[in-house]
Amino acid sequence: MPPAVCPPRAVLLAALSVLALAACAPADDETATRSEPTASSGGSAAPSDECAPDHLPLLEPGQLTIATDDPAYPPWFLRDDPTNGKGYESAVAYAVAQELGFSEDQVEWVTVPFNASYQPGPKDFDFDINQISITPQRADAVTFSRGYYSAAQAVITLADSPYADAASLDELADATIGAQVGTTSLAAVTDVIQPSRDPAVYDDTNAATKALENGQVDVIVADLPSAFFITAAVLDAGTIAGQFQPTTGETEQFGLLLEKGNPLVGCLDTTLDALERDGTLAQLENRWLSDTVDVPELT
Amino acid sequence: MALASTVVVLGLLGWGVAQAPGWPSVQQAYFDPEQARLALPEVAGGFVFNIKLFLAAEAAILVVALVVALVRVVPAPALAPIRLLAVVYTDVFRGTPTILVIFLVGFGFPALGLQGVPTDLFWLGLIALTLSYGAYVAEVVRAGIMSVHPSQALSARALGLSYAQSMRRVVLPQGLRRVMPPLLNDFVSLQKDTALVAVIGVVEALRAAQVRSSADFNFTPYVVAAAFFIAVTVPFARFADWLALRQLRREQGLAVG
Repeated sequence: MPPAVCPPRAVLLAALSVLALAACAPADDETATRSEPTASSGGSAAPSDECAPDHLPLLEPGQLTIATDDPAYPPWFLRDDPTNGKGYESAVAYAVAQELGFSEDQVEWVTVPFNASYQPGPKDFDFDINQISITPQRADAVTFSRGYYSAAQAVITLADSPYADAASLDELADATIGAQVGTTSLAAVTDVIQPSRDPAVYDDTNAATKALENGQVDVIVADLPSAFFITAAVLDAGTIAGQFQPTTGETEQFGLLLEKGNPLVGCLDTTLDALERDGTLAQLENRWLSDTVDVPELT
Repeated sequence: MALASTVVVLGLLGWGVAQAPGWPSVQQAYFDPEQARLALPEVAGGFVFNIKLFLAAEAAILVVALVVALVRVVPAPALAPIRLLAVVYTDVFRGTPTILVIFLVGFGFPALGLQGVPTDLFWLGLIALTLSYGAYVAEVVRAGIMSVHPSQALSARALGLSYAQSMRRVVLPQGLRRVMPPLLNDFVSLQKDTALVAVIGVVEALRAAQVRSSADFNFTPYVVAAAFFIAVTVPFARFADWLALRQLRREQGLAVG
């Protein structure tokens, strides 16, 4: 017998399901806002003062929270441990922290997968350092610092491959090319090399390297320092056929990634400027990313 | 009344989400029409691969599952070692994450360097999904066979049918019909898992979406990919519902729904 009137219990249930949503109502705005820098009255304060640890708009006062992905790959990080200060990006992160006036134990590392780094909403880090290339489109979703490294792309292949002696990118037109998803290396393959066969796309360079070893791809494209690591430490018979700049004329830069509109970027830019001026960046690059010269340019 | 209740509840839910302070940025990140337009051709191109793989895998899985299930129920003592093999197969592959099977087949098979092993990613993906899903589906088929009352098989044998004949003409038709809904359910799941093959390098719909997403730091392409998957799974699910209902009507002679 169908009920003539809707049972009140069912109505209640429908109403409750809406009420349940109210339980996850907007988070208290106060907790979400960052501890703003304590007013720079008159604006006459020296830049170094504005960027003192006490004045920075940080996630946790007195602590610099830095994010990177896990696994963190060499030569950017060594032994998958960002806290050891070894590897180029770990070293740059600690140099930035030191320049800002943080001690080593005031630096807190958090794991943030690449995909998660550009999600909308509040971030659980002050900045992310993870070989992220700066592009204007990406800057719609996040805020980038100035670049801390200029990345060239490299073509990796096996020593006995016919592509090992390639002198120009045109010679790669018929190769099956592999690259890591989300990288500008992949964009360089599709936009610059424009191979006739669809590129194979992998989750990380490890999988791409495996495919190269198996002969499933002819060459893989990665940024030059990663290419050096792959040919030196991973592949037995790997070689770098050459390097190229992905976008004609403009050198690609890795930048620190911040939440969209995070005012901290001003002080990070100032700090990176200072680290470049005093030669720290060049010195760290020399220490962790050497060998990157002497690779033939592909045109 | 049902309609009014549905409209009110869904309307309030939608309104509640749109009122959230972060909604504009979520909308921009997940539902950007311009990004959707850009992603559409690439995701659609990738989805062709998903569909092809799904159809081929479905056929291969049914064959594997049927063979494994039959081996597991056959009483002949001489077949004991093969039966053991079938048990080990279902145990191992039901317990192994599908993504690991895909990795092992996708990178491991070619690394063996054997003659005749396919290197084409489509075939490698097909083998991996068949191995993984064959085990699940075999168990579903076996359950179907076991659900047919023993008197059916015994009567068939009493009528003079051989074991093979009684299985083919009496037991299987009843058993398979009974497990149609769970079978279809497994295939809905398979249809989504074709996206896992991306890990060995294929640019299928989800990977195509990921490529676009990470290029511009926008999640809309994933939503586009999801729309494609839903467009296929929803009719599939309704079909499964309808089959289940029809079966209920036939077996119980009831006028349901």
